[in-house]
Amino acid sequence: MLSVIEPTNSWYLILAAVLFGIGAFGVMVRRNPLVMFMCIELMLNAVNLTFVTMATVHSDINGQVVVFFVMVVAAAEVVVGLGIIVAIMRRRNGISADDLSALKG
Amino acid sequence: MELFVFVVAALMVLGGALGVITRSNPVHAALSLVLTLFGIAVMFVSHDAQFLAAVQVIVYAGAIVVLFLFVIMLLGVDKTEDVNIEPITVQRPLALIVGAGVIGVVVAAIVASKDVLKSNSAALAKSTIEDPDANIKNLAREIFGNNVFSFELTSVLLLVAVVGTVLMARRVKSNGAGK
Repeated sequence: MLSVIEPTNSWYLILAAVLFGIGAFGVMVRRNPLVMFMCIELMLNAVNLTFVTMATVHSDINGQVVVFFVMVVAAAEVVVGLGIIVAIMRRRNGISADDLSALKG
Repeated sequence: MELFVFVVAALMVLGGALGVITRSNPVHAALSLVLTLFGIAVMFVSHDAQFLAAVQVIVYAGAIVVLFLFVIMLLGVDKTEDVNIEPITVQRPLALIVGAGVIGVVVAAIVASKDVLKSNSAALAKSTIEDPDANIKNLAREIFGNNVFSFELTSVLLLVAVVGTVLMARRVKSNGAGK
């Protein structure tokens, strides 16, 4: 009986939507910039899963090409973001997104 | 069998994602992120995207998470923070509403259009035992064919990111000029 049920493309898309929602919730709630970054990675992965699923739906390899470029941009984004966090941490103790309200001067 | 793989991978993805947003120790959150990334890699394999699954494990689970852990250790923030304090009182309920709203809207759109989401009969070239390179050949032809300009642009992007990060994270020698 169970072997009859096959996961359809909609299941993967719904899972990606739930993963994106969890990531968005995390970005809005967590105060540690490092954990906020990890939540952004969750959202990027949700979008990647959607792209790969859509590549299957349309039998178009371009969906996978986009995921390849998203991964490159995500790697560059993490490097720059962590560089900014390290530079901030050199000047102040503790790490919290609320501390950056000092930027408003 | 496919159902079993999907359920296990989905549990990995969702468990890891919930771990990222609930664990109070950043190191535990990073390790939960690895779990999610491996689950996504399994799903890539079940969609016949073998090359992307390999890149997912190497670049995401390998390089990016190690970078996160390096920064956590380097900055010494690997201690538990109190996640129960809530600086802005209505923030969590509002964030919950927004997150659930995003999920609800997207799921409604998927359910409404599930008839057009069937796999196309002209399937993508699959990597098989006889032709193990089918997926990567297909992908390479597209990247180095139609998208070769974007590919060259990513090299510029990576160079700019590396130079910018080195410049930003450099410790300026103290004669007052940089401070």
